Amino acid sequence: MNRGKSLFLVIVLLFFCATAWAETIKIGAVVSVTGAASFLGEPQKNTLLQLQDLTNAKGGMDGRQVELIIYDDESDVNKCVMAARKLLDQDQVAVVIGPSISGNTLAITRFFSSAQVPLISCAAAEKIVFPVNPWIFNTPQLDRHAALKILQDAKVKGYTKLAILTVSDGYGQAGRAVLKELAKAQGFDLVADEVYSPKDTDMTSQLTKIKGVSPEAIICWGTNPGPAVVARNRMQLGLTIPLYMSHGVASDKFIELAGEAAEGLVLPAGRLTAVDQVPDDHPQKTVITDYVANYSQKFNAPISSFGGYAHDAFLLVHEAVTKGGSANPEDIRDNLEKISALPGTSGIYSYSPDNHNGLDEDAFIMVIIENGTWKVVP
Amino acid sequence: MSVSYRKDMFWLAGLFIVLMLTPTILPNNYYLTIMILGCLHAMIAVGLCLLVGHAGQISLGHAGFYGLAAYTSAYLSTTWGLPVELSMLAGVVLTVVVSILVGMPSLKLKGHYLAMATLGFGIILSILFTETVDITGGPSGFVGIPRLSLAGFELHRDVDIFRVVAILLCLLVWLCFNVLHSRMGRALRALHTSDQAAQAMGIDVARHKLFVFVLSAGFAGLAGVLYAHYLTFIAPASFGFMFSVELMVMVVLGGMVSVPGAIIGAFFITILPELLRAFEDIEIILFGLILVVCMIFLPDGLAGGSARLWAWVKTKLALGCSRG
Repeated sequence: MNRGKSLFLVIVLLFFCATAWAETIKIGAVVSVTGAASFLGEPQKNTLLQLQDLTNAKGGMDGRQVELIIYDDESDVNKCVMAARKLLDQDQVAVVIGPSISGNTLAITRFFSSAQVPLISCAAAEKIVFPVNPWIFNTPQLDRHAALKILQDAKVKGYTKLAILTVSDGYGQAGRAVLKELAKAQGFDLVADEVYSPKDTDMTSQLTKIKGVSPEAIICWGTNPGPAVVARNRMQLGLTIPLYMSHGVASDKFIELAGEAAEGLVLPAGRLTAVDQVPDDHPQKTVITDYVANYSQKFNAPISSFGGYAHDAFLLVHEAVTKGGSANPEDIRDNLEKISALPGTSGIYSYSPDNHNGLDEDAFIMVIIENGTWKVVP
Repeated sequence: MSVSYRKDMFWLAGLFIVLMLTPTILPNNYYLTIMILGCLHAMIAVGLCLLVGHAGQISLGHAGFYGLAAYTSAYLSTTWGLPVELSMLAGVVLTVVVSILVGMPSLKLKGHYLAMATLGFGIILSILFTETVDITGGPSGFVGIPRLSLAGFELHRDVDIFRVVAILLCLLVWLCFNVLHSRMGRALRALHTSDQAAQAMGIDVARHKLFVFVLSAGFAGLAGVLYAHYLTFIAPASFGFMFSVELMVMVVLGGMVSVPGAIIGAFFITILPELLRAFEDIEIILFGLILVVCMIFLPDGLAGGSARLWAWVKTKLALGCSRG
């Protein structure tokens, strides 16, 4: 009798365990926590882990607990492929967030369309979302949006002769392509097209060459530390031609690296860069201030827009699961496409079947560096 | 036929059987992906083993050959629309031709200088992949490469690709064993010990060195084209200097002179990081630690170590039997 009772209890307990276990939503993530792109992957990993805890503490997504499985791809393509395979075949996750870099994203997209699981990338390359692959989304602002914003500003200021100076890596060359395309389309005169290598420590020769053709503005497209060198060289050469930077350097690190030379530079940046200057009635205000407060409280580290990309991906999954009331990969995909006007840290997302990026150039604001800090250009 | 040749053939048969049975044991595609990459790495390692272990020449440029073949085949099949088989062949042929051109002058160098020359070549190729954006897609990679196909049939399933790759690996190993057991193999071992002595015995040193260099580059080329059409995406980051070093580590860890060792080394280096994934943050430290421990306690590599272990087990067994 007693034995029967305890057996019954055990079975009931097991049943509860099984249902509780079955009800968790498995979300996978591949980010570059180590290696060359660790500056992207580390804040992304931190952000995701924190969001998992916060979400579960608040009762999870659609009443179900979230189980996050994060792998580090070490910024390496092969490792990323294996991590993606592991998430899809072994862990059988419902949706995957990441990878941090474009190359790795492009390497694994094929697996997601054949496994029919949605992927929300934290990388910005246009090739990821154009042409649209039904299973692939991304969260960062596109290079196109940043270039549009810069050119808008240049047009307002009446510049017509532009020079571009780009870095010869994936980020710089993608920027170079859109700048050339958009500048031509909008009737600007591109008088110089200079390139530097990611490891260069002096860009005086490129700037001297640019000086020779006397453009009205220079647009530099790169990530730290190159643009800081460009800014310093510009000051050393005594150039007064206005210099635009890209959103790739929209972090305090750049001001630290460029020092005095950063003064007066103008660049497009996400609203996360100037949290305190976002007006209170802006739809993004709450989500940005919450994210900044939570992140800096827990990790005691400055906020970066890269972590924000992962934050938004998680937010989008949350929205799709809650609104759709289902955590099936197919349903998540369908419901992601139905998301409209959802404020995230990088912009306001509106996905549709033929737009898997969901942002436009309004996701950027133009900022100017004044007295070692960011100031929004009105 | 010598005893050692027969032993090698037994080993090869064992490898073939194990590889053919692998897909039935593996629970899912994730493991298959690791095994495919392991086979590709093993192909290059086998070639390098011949070059480094037997001929005594060093190369830090094999990642370049691997990439050159991958990019050639990717470009021909995607941009020009050639059939996959044809572009793969072209990729391997181009790699072989380039390796002849590179090998002729650089194999006159010795030791560190040869290492530097091949290192330089590898870096030049790596820069080429990155900078020729219009052809290679630049640093963000080459997308949309057609998948491996044979006689017009596209291999959709990873299992099929694994079988093809495994059979090709076995063929290459068979070729290696035959080279090693021929006059050529003996000549290579002679010039490993001393160029002059080998020359005195009537061996054409330059031609032998070039042959084995080209052979190993061809192996790397074959692995490269398979890689491109398996993954359908390639990026310059996969073909950098660090990968050349990793390949050397596979060969050295395997025990330099042993072909089976090189294969074990290649699989070891490919699989180990995946096994260590569970340890998250200390993964890289553990990886380094295991390599250091291996090199300290197994100076003759995994092959030598496992042979000694086998001998030890055999004596224990024999002792046990005689006592019993």
